[in-house]
Amino acid sequence: MRFLDSLRFRIAALFQREQMRAEMEEELRSHIQHRADDLERSGMERAEAERRARIDLGGKEKYKEECHEAAGSRFVHSVLADVRFAVRVLAKSPGFTVAAVLTLALAIGANAVVFGLMDGLILRPLNVPQPENLYGTNYGDNSGWQSYPNYKDLRDRNRSFEDLAAFDFALGVGMDTGNDPQATNGFAVSGNYFDVLRVKPYLGRLIHASDERGPNSAPYVVLTYAFWHSRFQDDRGVVGRTILLNQHPYTIVGVAPPRFQGTLLFVSPDFFAPMVNEEQLNGGSLTDRSNQGSVFESFGHLKPGVTLAQAVADVNAVGGYLEKTYPKDFAQKNTVLSRLGLTSFRARASAFLAALMALAGLILLAACANLGSLFAARAADRSREVALRLALGSSRKRILRQLLTEAVLISLAGGVAGVLGSVALLRKLNTWQPIAGAPIHLPVTPDAKLFVFALILALVSGLLFGMVPVRQVLRANPYEIVKAGASARAGRRVTASDVLLVVQIAICAVLVTSSLVAVRGLMRSLDSNFGFEPRNALMAGVNLAMGGYSGDRVPAMQRRMIDAMKTIPGVEAVGQVNGYPPLAYTAGTKVSVFKKENSDLRSANADIMPFRYEVSPDYFEAAGTTLLAGRDLSWQDSKNAPAVAVVNRNFAVKMFGSVTGALGREYKLLEGTKVQVVGVVEDGKYQVLTESQQSAMFLPFLQSPASSAYMVVRINSKAGRDTEQVAAAMRSKLRDLDRGLPVDIETWTTLLQTVLFPAQMATMALGVMGTLGAMLAITGIFGMAAYSVSRRLRELGIRLALGAQRREVLRAALGRPLKLLAAGSTAGLMLGLLATRVLAFIVYQATPRDPLVLTGVVVAMGLLGLVATLIPAQRALSIDPMVLLREE
Amino acid sequence: MNDQAQLLPGTLDLLILRAVSLGPLHGYGVLLRIEQISGKALLVEQGALYPGLFRLLRQGLLKASWGTSENNRRAKFYELTATGRRRLKEETDSWNRLATAIASALSPQPEEA
Repeated sequence: MRFLDSLRFRIAALFQREQMRAEMEEELRSHIQHRADDLERSGMERAEAERRARIDLGGKEKYKEECHEAAGSRFVHSVLADVRFAVRVLAKSPGFTVAAVLTLALAIGANAVVFGLMDGLILRPLNVPQPENLYGTNYGDNSGWQSYPNYKDLRDRNRSFEDLAAFDFALGVGMDTGNDPQATNGFAVSGNYFDVLRVKPYLGRLIHASDERGPNSAPYVVLTYAFWHSRFQDDRGVVGRTILLNQHPYTIVGVAPPRFQGTLLFVSPDFFAPMVNEEQLNGGSLTDRSNQGSVFESFGHLKPGVTLAQAVADVNAVGGYLEKTYPKDFAQKNTVLSRLGLTSFRARASAFLAALMALAGLILLAACANLGSLFAARAADRSREVALRLALGSSRKRILRQLLTEAVLISLAGGVAGVLGSVALLRKLNTWQPIAGAPIHLPVTPDAKLFVFALILALVSGLLFGMVPVRQVLRANPYEIVKAGASARAGRRVTASDVLLVVQIAICAVLVTSSLVAVRGLMRSLDSNFGFEPRNALMAGVNLAMGGYSGDRVPAMQRRMIDAMKTIPGVEAVGQVNGYPPLAYTAGTKVSVFKKENSDLRSANADIMPFRYEVSPDYFEAAGTTLLAGRDLSWQDSKNAPAVAVVNRNFAVKMFGSVTGALGREYKLLEGTKVQVVGVVEDGKYQVLTESQQSAMFLPFLQSPASSAYMVVRINSKAGRDTEQVAAAMRSKLRDLDRGLPVDIETWTTLLQTVLFPAQMATMALGVMGTLGAMLAITGIFGMAAYSVSRRLRELGIRLALGAQRREVLRAALGRPLKLLAAGSTAGLMLGLLATRVLAFIVYQATPRDPLVLTGVVVAMGLLGLVATLIPAQRALSIDPMVLLREE
Repeated sequence: MNDQAQLLPGTLDLLILRAVSLGPLHGYGVLLRIEQISGKALLVEQGALYPGLFRLLRQGLLKASWGTSENNRRAKFYELTATGRRRLKEETDSWNRLATAIASALSPQPEEA
């Protein structure tokens, strides 16, 4: 009962605060009136009586406050008052507020973005039912599961998976819906693909195993929701329509659900078509067991109770069986199974994101150190105010609460600003197409998890470091401070804020060092010798399968195209490479080759594993690859001529001991074909920039025709025709040859983007982190220097008045911050150099032992120091002793 | 020595309850009543009275209503609630016990005389 009364009173007090305030006022006025009445009766003048009564009552405001407290409404009320007061105080020192909020916003933003990426790529599983036990053969470990017959054997012979599905890319497929052929990107999937994934259609039906009845038997296509939305404008009548894929009729049977974008997180296909139609889609063969290009990954749900280790053992057992049965075509490797979604990129992506997260953590640490020194400096500046408040009867608790409120406000403001920025950036990343034309996108969508993460981070860091000055407040002796003023002696002692600043600068120097190393590495990798010359070269990707070409018509048409290109003015040389040129889309086929005397032709027994390219005559001239010895391939090296090859220096040396010694010698391919070396070219890079030197062989394209190829068109830089003109001429020439053929013309440099992408991403990320670090270093040093100057203003003024030189004043004012800067930078540089060893894995030629980087870091930190101390230095120099001494 | 004693901590509430127990009073009236019943021996700081009144209101020991005073002025009148009356009795008893104990402890003992 009493409790309820009390509660009602409190609640009423809360809601009727204004009324209560008025009542209190009236009650106290009534008290004064009554008192005055009494005094008047005893013979006092009315006015004097009222004055007397007011004095007798005492501090009205103080009692009113106490009444509020007694009435129980004080807590909420005073929190509001605290907030209002904190806002006022913060608004009064905009410099501090902006610096603190910005510092926090940058750090929180950086962390939120990295967390968002991590969440999208690593933490969040594929968006299908029961993704936990969905495992796939790890693409990229050369395990040999990438041919269709191998997939079928694995599917039928394993005992670990409930069912095994497979997919491959069907990139650059010409889609014609009636009038405009367009290159689209899809997945070629096994019939059971959707059933294994347990995905239900959004419209119509999906593809099922029952659709497959042998090669090219299932002309059905399922559209992804996004493609259906953008290309068919959500037209529900599209189901049942017939469209052309590479000139072959396909029926649209359904649309996949909105949130299903295939089984690779960072690729968003336009459609799904049955893998049994591989020949029409990709021009590949389903029956060739050694064709490692027809399956990208096979996957399935593990059976209940089967552990990952058991599944791996089971898969390897099937591999052992296949190796025994098909020794020529299958080499058993230890298979790794991994969660579906990122395949072998998972390890690299995780490592990269973990490194980024660590860097973002460093940024946060630096920001916290920064905040700590900002708050400490501010508390010292406010010691007089605090002392005054203590002296006027405020409690220490109340003052601490005030500081806390300010810290929370700053944390929240910084956190919110950081989150808003990161959400904007993540949205942008989500729609970003890093590589033009490739269906790659980053699946990052900011969600509640991100907000919670960011806000907790903001509050924790804000509170932790906003509370740095607490000790100062608790120790404060109002009497001493008010008496002595805020000036303190310039101590030689190393204080906590000194340590904070050194730590912060060290962290910033690490970030600056790493970003410089990365930028240098990227620059060098752009300048390095690829084994070809990407400048002044245009690439025309043509897939003749899209135009319905097959058999002998393919090389004939290719030769016509090459000849047509040669007639374009300003074109110096034209060549062709089947599939992809080196360093494009990290494509690259490695094959087993054997010395002539080796008779045990099993993959496991190969002498070397060179990259295999099939090129036209003049390819080397067009590509800018130097022929070291022997001859180029010629048009006479055709189907019925003896098998010949041009190999790179590495191949020649490894197989035959020397470049010249290789000419005329023979080696054997997996099929047993004897190949004679007719020429040797310089070494180059083939798959990724960071690879160690690899062997490569170039076979005549006429001896192994393929419908998908790139033409390399070398432009004479002196002819005065720019790439745009030549590209237009190429387009028109190709249109003259075949109107319906989609072509894809770009510069070789653009094509290189795909291999440079990881390095560029790393450099970009590190660049951003480095910039953030530099900004934090500036605010940190600036804060320290400005604080040091403002504290010693009076002392400096006296020195000036006594005739000190400006230089001495500057040294007195800024010596300490600069010393700290030097200490921090040195420590940071050392750590940075250690840290960049890690970078070398991602960025080609990232070496810290680079005089340019070392000087770069020193110069950068020096400049930062200069920028940061400029304003405080000016202030110190513009001291007018007279004004100053008068003011104090 | 001052002939007006300072209030012991915690005794103000008891005095207010006692003052109000004799009939509804406004704030200034409470003050006068305390002076009167203590024979002007106890000094209550005028302003300090009000936080006490609010505290007792919150505890539900007093209730308040606006009315007109004997001087024909508007004033807020306080009176005891049933809980307040019970509390007054408890507190009075406990105070008396304490006072007796202290008094007997402080009274001259035979051996001292």
